[in-house]
Amino acid sequence: MNSPYITRSPSVTEIMVKVLAALIPAIAADVWFFGPAVLVTLALASVTALVLEAFMLRLRGRPVKPFLMDGSALLTAWLLGLSIPPMAPWWLIVTGTAFAIVIAKHLYGGLGSNPFNPAMVGYAVLIISFPVQMTQWLAPASIAQSHLDFSSILDYMFFHALPANTGLDALTSATPLDTLKTQLHLDKSMDAIMSLPIYGTIGGKWMAAAYLAGGLYLLQQKIVSWHVPVSFIGTIAILSGALHLVDPAHYASPLFQLASGATMIGAFFILTDPVTGPTTPKGKLLFASGAGFLTYVIRLHGGYPDGVAFAVLLMNICVPLIDAYTQPPVFGKKK
Amino acid sequence: MLDAIIVMSGLALFLGGVLGYASIRFHVQGNALVEKIDAILPQTQCAQCGFPGCRPYAEAIAEGRADINQCPPGGEANIHKLADLLGVEFKPLNAEHGEPKPKSVAYIDENTCIGCTLCLQACPVDAISGAPKQMHTIIAQECTGCELCIPPCPVDCIVMVPVESSIANWKWKPPMKEVA
Amino acid sequence: MRQLYHFNGGVHPPQHKDQSTIDPIRIPPLPEKLIIPLHQHIGSSAKALVQPGERVLKGQMIGQPEGHVSSAIHAPTSGKILSVGMEPVPHPSGLDALCVILEPDGLEEWIERVPLDPEMDPGTMRTKLKDAGVVGLGGAVFPSFIKLNPGSKNKVRTLILNGAECEPYITCDDLLMRERAFEIAEGAKLMQRLLGAEEVVLGIEDNKPLAIEAMKSAGGMEVVAVPTVYPGGGAKQLIKVLTGVEVPAGERSTDLGVQCFNVATAASVYRAIRLGEPVLSRIVTITGNVAQPGNYEALIGTPVDHLIRQAGALPGSSGAIMGGPMMGIDLPSTHVPVVKAMNCVIVKSEALFPKALDPMPCIRCARCAESCPAELQPQELYWFAKAKNFGKAQEYALFDCIECGCCSYVCPSHIPLVQYYRYAKSEIWAQEREKKASDLARLRHEFRVERMERDKREKAERLAQKSAQAKEL
Ligand code: SF4
Ligand code: SF4
Ligand code: SF4
Ligand code: SF4
Repeated sequence: MNSPYITRSPSVTEIMVKVLAALIPAIAADVWFFGPAVLVTLALASVTALVLEAFMLRLRGRPVKPFLMDGSALLTAWLLGLSIPPMAPWWLIVTGTAFAIVIAKHLYGGLGSNPFNPAMVGYAVLIISFPVQMTQWLAPASIAQSHLDFSSILDYMFFHALPANTGLDALTSATPLDTLKTQLHLDKSMDAIMSLPIYGTIGGKWMAAAYLAGGLYLLQQKIVSWHVPVSFIGTIAILSGALHLVDPAHYASPLFQLASGATMIGAFFILTDPVTGPTTPKGKLLFASGAGFLTYVIRLHGGYPDGVAFAVLLMNICVPLIDAYTQPPVFGKKK
Repeated sequence: MLDAIIVMSGLALFLGGVLGYASIRFHVQGNALVEKIDAILPQTQCAQCGFPGCRPYAEAIAEGRADINQCPPGGEANIHKLADLLGVEFKPLNAEHGEPKPKSVAYIDENTCIGCTLCLQACPVDAISGAPKQMHTIIAQECTGCELCIPPCPVDCIVMVPVESSIANWKWKPPMKEVA
Repeated sequence: MRQLYHFNGGVHPPQHKDQSTIDPIRIPPLPEKLIIPLHQHIGSSAKALVQPGERVLKGQMIGQPEGHVSSAIHAPTSGKILSVGMEPVPHPSGLDALCVILEPDGLEEWIERVPLDPEMDPGTMRTKLKDAGVVGLGGAVFPSFIKLNPGSKNKVRTLILNGAECEPYITCDDLLMRERAFEIAEGAKLMQRLLGAEEVVLGIEDNKPLAIEAMKSAGGMEVVAVPTVYPGGGAKQLIKVLTGVEVPAGERSTDLGVQCFNVATAASVYRAIRLGEPVLSRIVTITGNVAQPGNYEALIGTPVDHLIRQAGALPGSSGAIMGGPMMGIDLPSTHVPVVKAMNCVIVKSEALFPKALDPMPCIRCARCAESCPAELQPQELYWFAKAKNFGKAQEYALFDCIECGCCSYVCPSHIPLVQYYRYAKSEIWAQEREKKASDLARLRHEFRVERMERDKREKAERLAQKSAQAKEL
């Protein structure tokens, strides 16, 4: 044995468990506002992820138990599960998770070696391949025209069967971001858009608040550093705020940008993934503000309603470069 | 179609030109290359490579007269370095030239030595001190372990002694448990 | 109040200091034999001055310093030299080193001790310190007389005494300060004079109120309580905390106007000059899995197991650590002797030091970088060291690493980071040694080839001359 002989390690597992715990408020909010479908999604994604993780570890000749216990596969599954529409068909969930675990994680060397955020790879593959299914979000309970009980949810997710008297349209609605984009294309004014029923709902805002709460817990536990969330949220707020000030008719308010889409989950849970992010404090600031910029640009001009996933993946590519150029000076060598 | 062909061949020509220029511009001068190779070779001067010393071998490699895997004292580590320097594939050590051995130094049994000076003439680095008809000694710090002094000795009084590990040359080992 | 500065990172490991501070410093009985290594300091080994069978007096020099960076070794008590040979010493390699074995005769018969004039010429005083075997007793064992030479162009403003003792378990400096504050204060005066320093500042971590009080009443220096954070007692960290000066790796702190010594070193300077007593003993904390942990004033060369017996070995012991749990090394066995660098021996047990957990891959969480007092990027260093990419590791300032162990302490993947750095450093040193050797061989070979050619040429010339002469005749 060698010094140091003692350690005070919150193990990788403990860290991952805390991150998972921090997601619970958001999951609760999701269930409250959109119904229990998300639980099925998460369960299915979790099982798929764990089975595939075990399989890949075996295949790569790695010890299965310690790696399965580290919780990283579970976290990937949950993040992906929360990013896709709650009532997505089972094969969509399985495909996304499989891509995340097998291709994005293990083919790149497994825990610690994957350059791209696995959950976001899974999400990107899905939204490119299945844009229709990926944009059918359940409408918040308050404006949905009809509701499904739990067994019909399962029926729909696994057998694509809906009760005779309900159509899919009655259950789903486009997300606020999506609606904003389409309506702006139709040259509607911001005021008119914002008075659409979807903007009267509070589900999305509560979700954002729940992610924020979980994120603050992670900050307090020192699981994530402040650099990434502050820089990401700050960049989006400043950009959208500036444009909103100049032309409020065409640019949504910064508060709207922060409370919708994947801004909050991105800021606290996705961009803060240590493996695929930079390690230096300056690098983290740069990385997250780059992601914020790209997210906003994609929201304004891209073909997809939200840009967090693509922004994260694009910034992941830059991480080695960012790290190399933001090396802090060592003790005694500062200017 | 035609456009594409023209563009592609134009590009090929251009890149070929750049590469050609680069190889002339950045060509390593013959002598500089010999120096670089020589700097990698272990300087044991044992001639096992088939050349009368490290520098002649370095020259032979630079001129393409010899392969990079002929130096046993340097071992595979040095072949890797040479392969990197010259931009060629690594090859395992050519066993014809011998096997790498743990570093040793020669030791003269001073009771048997008759002072014939033959070993002194064989030593490539003048690491043996002595005068005719006097017993000879090896200056251990300067002996490279080439073993060239052993065959000339008429009374077989030189032996190779492996260099013992001591606190001064001891090295930390990498952690035993590799990351899974 | 002095303005205190802050260094990056650091950790707060559990202290475990109370158990060994209950009793005052204990004096162990004479052991049956003393094993005195001739190389107990940085620099070149001392040369043995004694032969087996010889009788030596307490304080007699038995190892003479060789070269500039070296220090003397003395007989810790009177007795007979049994042998001079290779013996196991406290070194992580577990290899043997040259030692003098001394059988004490129990008479404690001293050489003539000559107190020196504290106002003597600084150069002579430094030589006296070299001959008295005074080296840094904080663990680095660098010959003190060299550090006490300010050089001609530098002005040392601040002399810092290090009483921080930041590592868990170790309490030898704490007790020394409590009980021998006078010796430290007197030694500090001598050192201040040698350096021409304007002020003397003693830094003590605020977890040692009794030591702070004792040193304050001894006077002669500014006693500063510094926050308790490991490695606040590292020389560079303490200098930073007390003065704000950062001493870069590879530079001497004297060039920046500061010099730092351990408190025990100051006490041994006092003894060497004012009492004429060379370094014959040091205070060692014996703690961990023993019945009565405590501090012992042990003669250099005392076998460690002799001390452990005094403290009462407990069952379930599994080896021992020299130093603290953060930077210490495994003792190859407990038969090794006490040396000048040994501040503490912790007897290990499975309960105190559970087996290290299996390492997992680095998740790049940068906790290590946040805790690194040298402000390095340990995760990058680890990566390069593991890939044997030593050049790159050096670029990322591998040699600025002080091996404090904070990074390994916090790593959630339980990676033995420091071991990778030690490995990389010693590989680089080995490569440098080999490079030197092969450069020397190349030079000697070239010289020989040239000489042979010259000989040949001269022979040919002589032949030509001879035949020319023959023709003339
Ligand atoms: S084989 Fe001997 S002489 Fe040849 S290069 Fe190697 S060390 Fe030098
Ligand atoms: S060759 Fe052998 S006998 Fe002759 S001088 Fe050398 S060691 Fe002595
Ligand atoms: S603390 Fe450990 S896991 Fe985290 S970055 Fe450092 S080496 Fe990697
Ligand atoms: S051991 Fe080295 S790298 Fe690790 S924290 Fe200490 S100084 Fe930094």
